[in-house]
Amino acid sequence: MGDWQTPGALKYAETDEWFAVQDDVVTIGITDYAQDQLNDIVYVEFRDAGDALDAGDSFGEVESVKAASELYSAVAGEILEVNAALEDAPETVNADPFGEGWMVKIKTSDLSPLAGLMDAAAYDAYCDSR
Amino acid sequence: MSYIPHTAIETQQMLADIGVDAIDDLFGAVPLSQRFPTLDLPPPMSEMEVAAEMLAISEANDHGQDFALFRGAGAYHHFIPSVVNHILLRGEFYTAYTPYQPEISQGTLQATYEYQSMMCALTGMDAANASHYDGATSLAEAVTVALEVTRNRRKKIILSHGIHPQYREVLRAYHQGRDIRIIGDRGRGEIVDLMEMLDDNTAMLALQYPDFFGQIDDITGLAEAVHAHGALLVMVSNPMALSIFKSPGELGADIVVGEAQPMGVPLSFGGPYLGYFAIRQKYVRRIAGRIIGETLDADGKRAFVMTLRPREQDIKRERATSNICTNQGLMALSASVYMALMGKNGLRQVGELNYHKAHYAANEINRLDGFSVDMSKPFFNEFVVACPRPVAEINDALLAEGIIGGYDLGQHYFHLQDRMLLCVTEMNAKEEIDRLVEILGGMRQ
Repeated sequence: MGDWQTPGALKYAETDEWFAVQDDVVTIGITDYAQDQLNDIVYVEFRDAGDALDAGDSFGEVESVKAASELYSAVAGEILEVNAALEDAPETVNADPFGEGWMVKIKTSDLSPLAGLMDAAAYDAYCDSR
Repeated sequence: MSYIPHTAIETQQMLADIGVDAIDDLFGAVPLSQRFPTLDLPPPMSEMEVAAEMLAISEANDHGQDFALFRGAGAYHHFIPSVVNHILLRGEFYTAYTPYQPEISQGTLQATYEYQSMMCALTGMDAANASHYDGATSLAEAVTVALEVTRNRRKKIILSHGIHPQYREVLRAYHQGRDIRIIGDRGRGEIVDLMEMLDDNTAMLALQYPDFFGQIDDITGLAEAVHAHGALLVMVSNPMALSIFKSPGELGADIVVGEAQPMGVPLSFGGPYLGYFAIRQKYVRRIAGRIIGETLDADGKRAFVMTLRPREQDIKRERATSNICTNQGLMALSASVYMALMGKNGLRQVGELNYHKAHYAANEINRLDGFSVDMSKPFFNEFVVACPRPVAEINDALLAEGIIGGYDLGQHYFHLQDRMLLCVTEMNAKEEIDRLVEILGGMRQ
């Protein structure tokens, strides 16, 4: 296994987002593995709070010195809040991907898509195999 | 690398793939008689004969230097020191393109970086790209940026009628088929009228400074009003005028675009000209074109890198918002050399010369019976003259005397019939101006 963190309480997508659930609000960010692969993150851009998303829609993009990637939400719902602080300090995503580096909060009425995502062990195995 | 595109075997494979026997079959739709029409060409000539014939053809043109030129209207006659051309023609620089393996070409990157820096200083913006085709296309690109910044939710673009008519035509052609409304420029609306059109559906408001008529409007409060509605303020500016007037940045502009031909690029029918594009830092990710930046290399020495590249070419190609990849790198180099050579004070002197000569000419013409000059607003090196006769008639008479007269505003503005837009630059000697005034004086009815 590589040298990255994968907190146990979260759900993980193959596109390297993590999902944390509290009641009907899902917080999304990118994983430690993803930020490490991307290297220095120089730019983030999110859709607006209030925007409606379908499951699988892009909620923004992240750009590093190495690559630019779309960010996807596994759940449908309305964007409740975006982490606007990242726009001026995108390096926070590198420093604290699961904490201060959170990206959006989505209010959803359907948590069922999360059941199809990976748990920490499965995500670690998935990253190991890449 | 082989430049032979297809071998015979590959050609056969491709034909087999699409189910065609021979290449000629692909041209079946073209009537046989039209496929190889007989061309009625003269017999072959030697190189010497061709050279003589081409020279004879080119002599049918009039040459600019044989005339006294009083026409601007978007393209301006300024002195270009010979240093500009000498540097331009160096083999290391002689390409219109930013190199595709950029960091190996430090000289090109440095020249571009300096161009960007000087355009930023003139416009009061934070960043400038390494150019567009011309002023008109750079304005059209500003629309793209404004729509993107407002996330394609706003559909209204407000234009002043004081923007160059051809720029507005290009802008409309560029964005045709797009679900947007372009308004404001059909009538004679002043800035206050444009401000009333602002609403929360407005992506941008654009005006020209100095405007197409050479004049400067009082735009106090405009930027605040535009920003209060969440829209962008775009200003089209002649960079030469910015050597003596307040910068658009100080006036609250978000994007400044225009034609940088006056900075070291000669007058030439069809170009190449030089569109510049400068913008505030917070919108820089939305632009087309490249930005060169300064950094330190591994040894701690000053070095230049391509800091920002367009989505069109790289990692986010599918999300590109512009298909402009080509720039006017060579013309940007011209501008760069010109501005560096003139320096801040030199540019200001050129600007002042333009201003004073134009005002001298305007005052002299305003004194003539039958002519009057609109001096209701401050102006730079162009001004509108109301004439006692149709402009075409006056220009014919001037041309017969070796003078190229002003631009006929009636062709674009119905309310400006018999109005001529005259331009005076540092190239117009006092004797030339006096001669112009004398001939005009003889034309009153």
